Amino acid sequence: MKFTPSDMLSMLVGDPQADRMVPPTGFTARLTVITAAIMAFLAVFALALSLAAGRLADRWGEELARSATLRISAPAEQMADQTAAALRVLETTAGVASARALSDDEQRALLEPWFGPDVPVDTLPIPQLIEVIEGDPGFDAQGLRLRLQAEVPGAVLDDHTRWRRPLVEAASRLRLLGWTSIALIFAAMAAMITLAANAALAANAQVIAVLRLVGARDSYIAQAFVRRYTLRALSGAGIGMLAGLIAVALLPAAQAEGGFLTGLGFTGPGWLWPLIIPPLAAVVGFVATQAAARRTLRELS
Amino acid sequence: MIELDNVAYSYGGGELLSGITFDMQPGSFHFLTGPSGSGKTTFLKLCYGALVPTAGHVRLFDRDVRGMTRDDIAMARRRVGVVHQDVQFLDHLPVADNVALPLTVSGRTKIDELANLKELLSWVGLKSRADALPPELSGGERQRAALARAVIMSPDVILADEPTGNVDWEMSQRLLRLLVELNKMGKTIMIATHDLALIRAAKTQVQARVLRIANRQLQLAGADL
Ligand SMILES: Nc1ncnc2c1ncn2[C@@H]1O[C@H](COP(=O)(O)OP(=O)(O)O)[C@@H](O)[C@H]1O
Ligand SMILES: [Mg+2]
Repeated sequence: MKFTPSDMLSMLVGDPQADRMVPPTGFTARLTVITAAIMAFLAVFALALSLAAGRLADRWGEELARSATLRISAPAEQMADQTAAALRVLETTAGVASARALSDDEQRALLEPWFGPDVPVDTLPIPQLIEVIEGDPGFDAQGLRLRLQAEVPGAVLDDHTRWRRPLVEAASRLRLLGWTSIALIFAAMAAMITLAANAALAANAQVIAVLRLVGARDSYIAQAFVRRYTLRALSGAGIGMLAGLIAVALLPAAQAEGGFLTGLGFTGPGWLWPLIIPPLAAVVGFVATQAAARRTLRELS
Repeated sequence: MIELDNVAYSYGGGELLSGITFDMQPGSFHFLTGPSGSGKTTFLKLCYGALVPTAGHVRLFDRDVRGMTRDDIAMARRRVGVVHQDVQFLDHLPVADNVALPLTVSGRTKIDELANLKELLSWVGLKSRADALPPELSGGERQRAALARAVIMSPDVILADEPTGNVDWEMSQRLLRLLVELNKMGKTIMIATHDLALIRAAKTQVQARVLRIANRQLQLAGADL
């Protein structure tokens, strides 16, 4: 059994004549289209899930690898000194690309979601934050902690790893789960089309026998069925994909912070991803029907 | 064109045919006779590659069927017109399309061949039934449509399996005349039948040889018919 994408294309555009050879079927045809549509609809969600989980894993993973925060708690009068001392330590630490104390405005922006816009940052005893950007290779967190302990008693290094790593792992798993679901959806679609094609081949045994008798080659006979099921898978998946895209577009918009659930959807060029679902369904329909037809035809004289 | 060399065939039980040697001469006219169940249909199927012999060799146009692929067999079928015992059509397509089916499946749908189709339909007397669906045809009309379908590719050989099985005497005479005409045009003909009256009628029109299957063997029947 051999076929190339160009075979598939020529089959799709050419010879609707072969298609006429097999009597039209109303009910199973609609059933195939509807099932393909449902599968494509589900595939859109699985895709959205995979992409969102992927974005989350990437973003968290990247931040995890690249940045850390130094928190300095000290009496107000010592704050400036300790901050300066901490920056000096950081500047001389191998693996630290840059370090920068956050300004009052930036700190206020970070606190705003919790305390509202009018926090008097300057009068509250809140810690000073220093953003540490890691170089490549990164710094040795344990060594840095020891040095800071000696020189800046009020400093606590939070390298984010501890609490973010499990989240990144969870997001990665979710992404894997999403892609697995897509694979399973297409496998189920292949199984469904194989069943439908087998039923059609069995129902049209006489047609096949007549075609064979008058000198039709297997490829010609198979084409009549393959063309049909490929087009059904393609059109069904097209409808399902559109419905899925509309449903995803109607989800509440993601907030700037990108909480996970509200972030479910497509962003930018990500909207193009679902477009591969219908062609993929067509390929699945083509391969499944081709295999079913070849199997059936081999058993005939 | 079709050669059987010491051929045997068995469907799994004992041998139905054995030790059959036969060379179909171009332009000949044969009847194949024998009681029902003697293996006439099986013999014809061996002749058009639908069955592969269980022993011996069948050669279609100088190629051993055992070495032919499914596609090779399909191509050989285009040179052998077959009228099946139980004629079958694509019931959802009109008679004209069914008769033209061999052209369609081999990609030959040129205008002049379609003109041929009209001529052929009037030759078998189905011009007015061209748009009918096969289930609407009478037994005789089905046989004639099957014959038209068998000859539209202008094959070298025509194998007809009980073509007069379900038709009245008048119609069987008409079918016979068509087959005799084809033979006069140079086609090689073989008709399986157990209708001895038909064979007698043919002998007045054409030089026909009669083969008989008896005791699993193929025998040339004498002039006693
Ligand atoms: N596909 C088959 N499987 C098993 N036995 C068969 C098959 N086809 C025919 N037979 C048997 O072979 C014998 C000869 O059949 P057939 O060639 O059709 O004889 P005829 O055409 O002379 O009546 C019969 O006994 C029939 O039952
Ligand atoms: Mg028979």
